[in-house]
Amino acid sequence: MAISKEEIIHIAKLACLNLSENEIEKYTKDMQEILEFANTINNVNTEGMNETIAANEKSNVLRKDEVVDFGNRDALLQNAPSQDEGMFRIPKVIN
Amino acid sequence: MELYEYTVHELVEKLEKGEITSEQITKSYFDRIKEKDNKVKAYVSTLEESAMKKAKEIDEARKAGKPVSKFAGIPIGIKDNMCIEGTKTTCSSKMLENFVAPYNATVIEKLNKEDLVYLGKLNMDEFAMGSSTEHSAFFPTHNPWDLDRVPGGSSGGSAAAVASQMAPWALGSDTGGSIRQPASLCGVVGLKPTYGLVSRYGLVAFASSLDQIGPITKDVTDSALLLNLISGHDEKDSTSMEMEKKDYTLSLINDVKGMKIGLPKEYIGEGINAEVKQAILDVAKKYEELGATVEECSLDVGKYATAVYYIVACAEASSNLGRFDGIRYGYRTKNFDNLKDIYRNSRSEGFGPEVKRRIILGTYVLSSGYYDAYYKKAQKVRTVIKKGYDELFKKYDLLLTPTSPTTAFKLNEKTSNPLEMYLADICTVPVNIAGLPGMSVPCGLDSKGLPIGFLLIGKSFDEETIFRAAYTYEQNSNFRENKPTFKGGEN
Repeated sequence: MAISKEEIIHIAKLACLNLSENEIEKYTKDMQEILEFANTINNVNTEGMNETIAANEKSNVLRKDEVVDFGNRDALLQNAPSQDEGMFRIPKVIN
Repeated sequence: MELYEYTVHELVEKLEKGEITSEQITKSYFDRIKEKDNKVKAYVSTLEESAMKKAKEIDEARKAGKPVSKFAGIPIGIKDNMCIEGTKTTCSSKMLENFVAPYNATVIEKLNKEDLVYLGKLNMDEFAMGSSTEHSAFFPTHNPWDLDRVPGGSSGGSAAAVASQMAPWALGSDTGGSIRQPASLCGVVGLKPTYGLVSRYGLVAFASSLDQIGPITKDVTDSALLLNLISGHDEKDSTSMEMEKKDYTLSLINDVKGMKIGLPKEYIGEGINAEVKQAILDVAKKYEELGATVEECSLDVGKYATAVYYIVACAEASSNLGRFDGIRYGYRTKNFDNLKDIYRNSRSEGFGPEVKRRIILGTYVLSSGYYDAYYKKAQKVRTVIKKGYDELFKKYDLLLTPTSPTTAFKLNEKTSNPLEMYLADICTVPVNIAGLPGMSVPCGLDSKGLPIGFLLIGKSFDEETIFRAAYTYEQNSNFRENKPTFKGGEN
């Protein structure tokens, strides 16, 4: 199955990535090869098989939905590219 | 003999007897790093000041007769995708180049309780995506056995540091072979524990249903000691199993009599280098001489594991890496007019080419119209692979395969062809797909003087049998007499 440049551009948009003309070229070729390889899984008979949804499926882990205070707000904010008065700063969204 | 040449269990013994101090050990490692790391380039950052201070404090506490852990003052290297509070955790990515961890990973909390000393953070493929450490956004790491070759990946910094004695032991993480393959290529011991044995809290996520943290060590005894320290349930990681704490050193028994080992024929056939194959057959013979039975078996469905892996791992990665948006932490572009620009430009400038490739692949297989054909089908094949292992483990205690189809390859040999790089993982990936434990143990050198490793695969949560078999092999062989040569590296 062939994958087109247009598809790569669409997928990059979904993934919030800008691609240069060279990158589009390269990734289209790479995806072509990788997906061809990935398609080999169609040789496996999976009739009646469930999907693996977790590596351990023996038990379901539940906990109370309780708020736990992280306690070090400054350490969290110190990694923000832009902050103001204890809040993350972003460009204006609403005109 | 220099202090950096000892294993951790030897260092612990010397510390307990009062023959040496933590300050001496720690200094020995930083001297070694200064001597060798300009060539190997295993460390992204070193923590000399805090390490020496901590070592001194431990020595004083010991001297004053205060109760300290027997591992107090032992240094360790940490892969740069695990958070140590107050230090940089870069994932070898421009995206996290200046990220200072605001909390400790659970494995770090556990090591802190034992008062271990952190030497520094170790290089890796960006976001753990790669098999050679060439995808680090900063610099590639070199293999100490031949500096013109790769150390494997993605925990290449961890494996190269232990192999070149710039750390007595290290933590790595393994999503598709990232502990075991570099351990094999660098001639050290690497264990990927069963999925759920070690908490992933504070490990930067790549593919959450496959990632596991594990030890990279000089020998099997140190591997058991380090697994003792890091394993156990954690309420902050709901996939970590609640089970009784085990002491893995109890499995360090030099005896494999009656043990049944399966040798899947698919991993000693086509695509496996002849010298690697011979080395694995020699290991099988050795186990038979030591009283185990080794029998050829088949894991036919295993050949689809790499395809399943790249679908599932990239799907999970594309979702996990959605959090990098340039708002709360990580790289933010300077080039923006609106919010959408921040997202797109920060991600496009902050992620390297391999990470983008995997995000695109992952987004594709999850996108409308392709979800059933790729992601859903892959998850079903994953079940078939698990069942394949279940069948084999009805008959065998362990499975034996090579860890890597070849020994260390040259730098730049596979970087232009992503698929060829992905096939470096064919022996290790099936183990992650099934969530099983696997250990790479060094077993010899090829004709170029490069290390070969064998992989022991165990039943779920049966690390004990792996330790027993690996320890027995180690006690009856002499790989550790070989030392890395640091040859090459002129170019």
